[in-house]
Amino acid sequence: MTRHIKSPGWNVLGLLPTHLIMFLTLIIPVGIIVLVSFSTRGPYGGFEYVFTTAPYKQILFNEGWAGELEFNPQYLIVVARTLLLSAGTTLICLVLSFPVAHFISLQKPSLKVALIYLVTLPFWVSMIVRVYSWIIILGNEGVIEKTLRALGLIDDMDSLLFGDTAMLIGLVYSYIPLMILPIFASIEKLDPALIEASHDLYGSRLITLHRVILPLCQPGMLAGAILVFVPCLGAVLEPTLLGGGKSMMMGNLIQLQFGAARNWPLGAAISIVLMTAVLIFLVARGLRAVRRETTELAL
Amino acid sequence: MNDEACLRAPRKAVEIKGVSKVFGTYQALKPVSFDIYDNEFFTLLGPSGCGKTTLLRMIAGFEQPTTGKIFLHGSNIQGLPPHKRRVNTVFQSYALFPHMSVEQNIGFGLENLGWSKDRRDARVADMLRLVHMEAFAGRKPQQLSGGQRQRVALARALAPEPEVLLLDEPLSALDLKLRQAMRDELRILQRKTGITFVFVTHDQEEALDLSDRICVLGDGEIQQLGTPAAIYEEPSNRFVADFIGETNFLDAEVIAVDGEQATVTTQLGMTLTASHKKAVAGQKAFMSIRPEKISLPAQDNPIAVDGTIMGTNYLGGYTYYLVETGGIRLRISKRNSVSRGQMFEIGQSVKVGFAAESVRILGA
Repeated sequence: MTRHIKSPGWNVLGLLPTHLIMFLTLIIPVGIIVLVSFSTRGPYGGFEYVFTTAPYKQILFNEGWAGELEFNPQYLIVVARTLLLSAGTTLICLVLSFPVAHFISLQKPSLKVALIYLVTLPFWVSMIVRVYSWIIILGNEGVIEKTLRALGLIDDMDSLLFGDTAMLIGLVYSYIPLMILPIFASIEKLDPALIEASHDLYGSRLITLHRVILPLCQPGMLAGAILVFVPCLGAVLEPTLLGGGKSMMMGNLIQLQFGAARNWPLGAAISIVLMTAVLIFLVARGLRAVRRETTELAL
Repeated sequence: MNDEACLRAPRKAVEIKGVSKVFGTYQALKPVSFDIYDNEFFTLLGPSGCGKTTLLRMIAGFEQPTTGKIFLHGSNIQGLPPHKRRVNTVFQSYALFPHMSVEQNIGFGLENLGWSKDRRDARVADMLRLVHMEAFAGRKPQQLSGGQRQRVALARALAPEPEVLLLDEPLSALDLKLRQAMRDELRILQRKTGITFVFVTHDQEEALDLSDRICVLGDGEIQQLGTPAAIYEEPSNRFVADFIGETNFLDAEVIAVDGEQATVTTQLGMTLTASHKKAVAGQKAFMSIRPEKISLPAQDNPIAVDGTIMGTNYLGGYTYYLVETGGIRLRISKRNSVSRGQMFEIGQSVKVGFAAESVRILGA
């Protein structure tokens, strides 16, 4: 096959709309955020164009009256909580999604379509409403508490609501469809003959799952992990509604800085830290994929 | 034909006893019974949908028979899952694990059988040598050509020393030249390893070339089981005569049946006596004669008829002639010998002849 490669000039021109959109919607806004993060906080909110690295220092330190820096782990705890909750959410989604996706893939084609539709159904309802409903389920006198009491299992219990557990439940609930779909796609692509070949070569069900199905579904699991982990890092709704304001994540910390706290530069600096974390995660994964491809080609 | 196998009292490798398969309301296979012997190259041959692959998958354990039992070296393997049957399959699509190297693919079965690393490595090396793939041990399947993948699939299935090797149309994905080369290789592999091969194909030429015995399946039942020569020379019905090789069918009226011989009046006008299968006196039958068994022009053949050349197909080694005689068209093949010999032209009047021994009478 011959590929017609036109002069490079034409290629650039042809891709101009893409470049333009990327420039307007990605480069400029990110540029502004970077700019704000190195600016001085305005007296009544907003910011002034006076260069300073103070916002970044503020993430880790308090500035005393005499200008001395005092270590302040407050924001670092939020960052750590965000990373832990996101990682936990990703892991739980992964473990729960695989059997679900596998189950769906085993159904008749018509049922398959219906089940996949059901998985995506929550997306049609406003996220706020859905997360709010968890308050009713988890809260005092909520569905869970009432059920447990009716069964006589407990007399009294601490509220499940407002804390890391509630946030984790909310995050898993919100993002699990994004894990199920790519895993389902990769299971669907699996050649059934490969599973038969594994059984034929004395592989039990467990060996077949471990040695054949899971490795071949890895791309889908990785795609799902990214789709869940990255939005988790920036989650705002779940920590706001289910964290009860005590347990913050980076998302609502940023919101707070741009809102009530009126510290735009700090908000911008935290945003940049968050974006950098995501970028490192994605680049690491990208590099791994590239390395794998090149080693395969080199062989 | 494998004379040796006939002399020794052959041991039964696989016994199929009254096995049938129904999918929903569709009867894929009517109850069939036959034995496959040790060290035999056994072929299940038939058109698509004849039940041959279903039968193979039931031996492998991927499908359960609706009725009947399958024995592997005397023990009933009914209900045993595939991973507990000492049979291995070469899949039509090869089904090599894409995330494993050639070596890992071949070692997979051995690992599951619990072989030690040293023993495994030695066996994998042997297998690589056997299929001439030593240089590709570290490659991934997607870096191999079709023929190379085929070899790896063979090595992978042979490595655990199965009691029976099942091959599901393994050559159908290869191009013509490669297919021919792989045929030779398959036969050599079977002799070298001494493992019973059960080979599924729809290609009658492949079946004739490779097999010790062929089981012709059609419409979910056994049409004929025998050596390639028996199936070609003495087909037991019209289906087999038609499916294996080429033949001319002529209508015939059975006058008398005397043991193996039947006397018929043929559509060509003459009366002849030839070997038969299921001919009944006074009833209609078919007369089958292979294109290469008709002489053109007739020499001193006992039976000869006049005809006209209606068409010629030059195929290099052979030329096919279509000869019309008394409203009947006969296909005749003639070998193109050293000198180009006598060529015939369309419209030319000729005399064609054959012997009654070349004719097979098949009951309608």
